[in-house]
Amino acid sequence: MYSKEVLEHFKNPRNQGQIDNPDVIGQVGNPVCGDVMKIYLKINQNSKDINKSKIEDIKFETLGCAAAIACSSVVTENTKGKTLEAALKINKDLILKKLGGLPLPKVHCSMLALEGLEKAIKEYLAKH
Amino acid sequence: MKQIYFDNAATTPVDKEVLKAMEPYFLVEFGNASSIHNFGQRAEAAILKSKDIIADFLKCQAQEIIFTSGATESNNTVLKSVFVDFKGHLITTLFEHPAILETAKYLSQNGVDVTFIKPEKNGLIDSQKVLKAIKKETRLISIMYVNNEIGTIQPIGKIGKELVEINKKRENPVLFHTDAVQAMYFLPMQIDRLRVDFMSISGHKIYGPKGMGLLYIKDGLKLKPLLHGGHQENGARAGTYNVPGIVGLGKAVELLSKAEHQKELIRIEKLGNYLIEKVMELEGVSLNGDPQNKLPYNSNFLFKNVEGESLLLKLDLAGIACSTGSACASGSLSASHVLLAIGIPHEEAHGSLRISLGKMNDKSDIDYFLEILSKSLTELRSFSPFK
Repeated sequence: MYSKEVLEHFKNPRNQGQIDNPDVIGQVGNPVCGDVMKIYLKINQNSKDINKSKIEDIKFETLGCAAAIACSSVVTENTKGKTLEAALKINKDLILKKLGGLPLPKVHCSMLALEGLEKAIKEYLAKH
Repeated sequence: MKQIYFDNAATTPVDKEVLKAMEPYFLVEFGNASSIHNFGQRAEAAILKSKDIIADFLKCQAQEIIFTSGATESNNTVLKSVFVDFKGHLITTLFEHPAILETAKYLSQNGVDVTFIKPEKNGLIDSQKVLKAIKKETRLISIMYVNNEIGTIQPIGKIGKELVEINKKRENPVLFHTDAVQAMYFLPMQIDRLRVDFMSISGHKIYGPKGMGLLYIKDGLKLKPLLHGGHQENGARAGTYNVPGIVGLGKAVELLSKAEHQKELIRIEKLGNYLIEKVMELEGVSLNGDPQNKLPYNSNFLFKNVEGESLLLKLDLAGIACSTGSACASGSLSASHVLLAIGIPHEEAHGSLRISLGKMNDKSDIDYFLEILSKSLTELRSFSPFK
């Protein structure tokens, strides 16, 4: 039911783990639904334009199904080194494309990973 | 890579002897059992022989058995026939197989009064709660013999016995049905012990063919057919007899009455107990259902801070096939209705794994599984935000 890309990310997730002293953390989902994602960000602040600050490091921790883990992995892989404004432009379609598609009931996992990223970035922007 | 099959409650392979018994009925003895000519007569004789074998095993009469396409059809036939007018009261449980649960919901939506008994935390139905739910309008009680997800054994014989007494005082007796699919391979099945009026059995859970089942209907009771058509099964179930399937089911049941089968049950019981003992030594694990009242061959574990589908896939990548009641694996988004019914909270129910053992398994399979399981739990827990 899963594509080889999903299985590959599930077997070898990128950027899995924690960041010591992160600038911000975004947590989404809840254990009742079965999926919880936590995104850690280390940001190199751009003092002229905060939106152009770069994601220096990003890591995730996920309790969830294979799709949830693979989506977390792809989201982090595609945002590391990007500016905050560029990272916010990443959408569900890109994640699904990178994963070679997801079974229909699993598409929400890709949304959840993006929500985690967005929550972390927006919180950072609100603080700075 | 090693391939281990730990999902025998989902389906079993066909036994070689069963396949051998079926083979002639595809190519040589292909006659329609309803035909008058010799081909038909030989097919009919094969059906009667199968019925005799099964009747002998269930300790019932051959004419009390009709063949169906499986337990889903058997279950549907009983419920939809007893409530054909969408009136009256049905008692069943919250943790039945979907073939009962969904049929009961369908009846309920169309006017039948349905009581769903909640199982106790230990995975057992309290027989007193069932009997207390009986009303004047009650027509049928339907309770599974063994729960498919957690392996707990329900007190069918006890309910059956008390119902006989209750019915003596009633004008319209309360009928009693059991979906015995998960029990057939392992437990005593004599009708006079269970005292049921109807019983559903499936072929592919007992090393018989898929698409083949039966329904026991107590002598004197009549059910409306689910399928209308020809006069097969004395009008109780239309459709050309599936002769190879019927012969296969008969053979599968015959094997259950052999002495080797009792030896095999003792062998896999030991394996099952070994598995439970070893898994319970791991951290953050619990066993669902009362260990004293469950089949040792079918065990459902909860793992803390692990999602069931992830665990299932990790094991599958190492060649081990098992199952999970996790919502994420089933396509729906709510957790297993069985685990929720026995009071497991949603957040814990997502971390379930079912191991169901069978003929093909030995101790080395379990040792390999334990090694992979332990590694997978460590890895998946390291991914989790909860430590």
